[in-house]
Amino acid sequence: MKVFTSRHGRLLFGILILLVMLAIYFSVHPRGVSIRVVESLSNAGASLAFAAVAQTFPVLTGGLDLSIGGMIALTNSLASVVLTGSPLQIAFGFVLVIATGCLCGLVNGTLIVYGRLQPVIATLATGAIFSGLALIVRPRPGGDIPIELGDVFVTSAFDVLPMALVVLAVTCGAVWYPLTRSRLGRGIFAAGSAPEAGRMSGLNVDRSIIAAYVLSGLFASFAGLFLGFQTLAGDATIGVPYTINSIAAVVIGGVALRGGAGHILSAIVGAYTLRSINSILLFSGAPPLAQPFFEGVILVVAVVFASLGLMRQPNRLEALR
Amino acid sequence: MTASLDTTRTPRRIQPHLGAEARPVIIVFGALAAMVLLNLVLFPERMGVDYVMQQLRIAAFLGILSAGAMFVLLTGHIDLSVPWTLTAAAMVGAGVHAAFEGTPMAALAIPAALFTGLLAGLWNGIGVAYLRAPSMVWTMGLNALLLGLAVFYSGGYNPQTAASPLMREMAVARLPGGFPVATAIWIAVSVLAVVILYRTPLGAWIYALGRNERVVYLAGIRNRAVIVFVFVWAGLCSALAGVMLAGFSGQAYQAMGDTYLLPTIAAVVLGGTRVTGGSGRYSGTVGGVLVLVLLGSMLSLVQAPEAFRQIAYGLVILTMLLVAREGRST
Repeated sequence: MKVFTSRHGRLLFGILILLVMLAIYFSVHPRGVSIRVVESLSNAGASLAFAAVAQTFPVLTGGLDLSIGGMIALTNSLASVVLTGSPLQIAFGFVLVIATGCLCGLVNGTLIVYGRLQPVIATLATGAIFSGLALIVRPRPGGDIPIELGDVFVTSAFDVLPMALVVLAVTCGAVWYPLTRSRLGRGIFAAGSAPEAGRMSGLNVDRSIIAAYVLSGLFASFAGLFLGFQTLAGDATIGVPYTINSIAAVVIGGVALRGGAGHILSAIVGAYTLRSINSILLFSGAPPLAQPFFEGVILVVAVVFASLGLMRQPNRLEALR
Repeated sequence: MTASLDTTRTPRRIQPHLGAEARPVIIVFGALAAMVLLNLVLFPERMGVDYVMQQLRIAAFLGILSAGAMFVLLTGHIDLSVPWTLTAAAMVGAGVHAAFEGTPMAALAIPAALFTGLLAGLWNGIGVAYLRAPSMVWTMGLNALLLGLAVFYSGGYNPQTAASPLMREMAVARLPGGFPVATAIWIAVSVLAVVILYRTPLGAWIYALGRNERVVYLAGIRNRAVIVFVFVWAGLCSALAGVMLAGFSGQAYQAMGDTYLLPTIAAVVLGGTRVTGGSGRYSGTVGGVLVLVLLGSMLSLVQAPEAFRQIAYGLVILTMLLVAREGRST
């Protein structure tokens, strides 16, 4: 039991819950365990996983990004317009979509650090702007992302490794490991736990906060791209549920909403826990109309679990902010 | 968040002093005046008593919701359960009305709806105050639960959701002078809000809680009871707005509250209330509501497409916040 109170205790606990959920998922799935079933779950959860990872960085700084839905909508709409034509054009399109995501994040970070606006309200407003831009780029759902391109990302490599998981692992690993070993990354954690101490020990906390929002935009653009590969089209309203679900996933995975503590794996674990629960309810014959209710129950249970630690706190003052 | 109860601010009267809090209020009313002028120049033929009354009626719904949201934001928390608390209350009201139509029991429709809001507020308040769950997630959870219950209850087909005559009166009737009843209700809620915030100890505790909860606790104030109160107040405001919105459109329907969450928070914040709590004036909230309603009206008068409406909405909020922000703080 001691392992669950260690530094990565919450993460291990989250993984344990995910494993239980996956076991139930495969036992109730009508087709049992097969690469296709694994693949479909990987694909179903990938965009939420990217969104949750995007949410993780601002949350680590003690902030929040409510514009994730807007950024996903904008990058998804843009992808459906530019990801077409010759390989060179498509490559250019990729760069454009990803750069757009980063730019959105840069706007958020700049408003928060230099505009000194509260993250919640700043990203609320920019989220509306991004959704509006998405509607201009793609007024009606549609687009023609080549199916060959989409297939690369939604099938399995060598029929054993779902590409969604590979892409997720590669992008997250390539960002997380260098980041947490750098001053930039330490600044992100410091911003969420002890910004003044961070500044006094020479960390550029402001720059780290901006970087956190840029990373949020980067991963939101991955989510937008992946949705494009799945649907081969763009939709300016596709992002709406992702803002709130990304927060839910992050909480279920065990990233502290107060900031300063959390692991990128937690976000991914939380996203797949949420998605597998949805699928379990679907396959186990629960009425589809009862689904939102169970989602609420799960969120509430996760929050109660997370607050148990605080309840054990003997000094009530410590529990207060 | 690091703001402490600084002694020069300790009120001799209960009312927290104006000063720094006045700036955003002045700015929001300045913006309102500018927009009214712009409106007069652009659409002189539309302006008139009737237009003003119509806008005031539309503002009543947002205004009542914002009165609820402001109390919660002042304590440094947030209530994201507004959309479905509103919808659930409206559905309960309509359901009770339908079940007892023709009997004296039908008068219970509105009390039942308000009771739904009270229960939602209690759930939120207890979770945040006693479980110390982050309000953002906890209230989001209630929103999902209520959504689930409402969808399950209506079972895919349409249950009895027609608004009762009284609900309709509250939303669309006019007083003898042509003044909308809905606006009169908003004014009544506002008077109550102002009295609580500035004429009772409870109001001072709400502000103090948003500044420093530890100090409030150490001062022997029942901090958790204050938190439960603000969420119950917000739940009641949501329910009241739900009843009136159902009356406005003639029925309660799913997702009727979804478009109200963000404008509600935006109105309060535009009025100068800090999201981290402890600071903001009620007059600012009223100004924020009027600015947003007028902005929406202007955008529909120029028949702006949805995309430009959203962009304009975001830009206006950002610009006003950047102009109104205080000097060096947090």
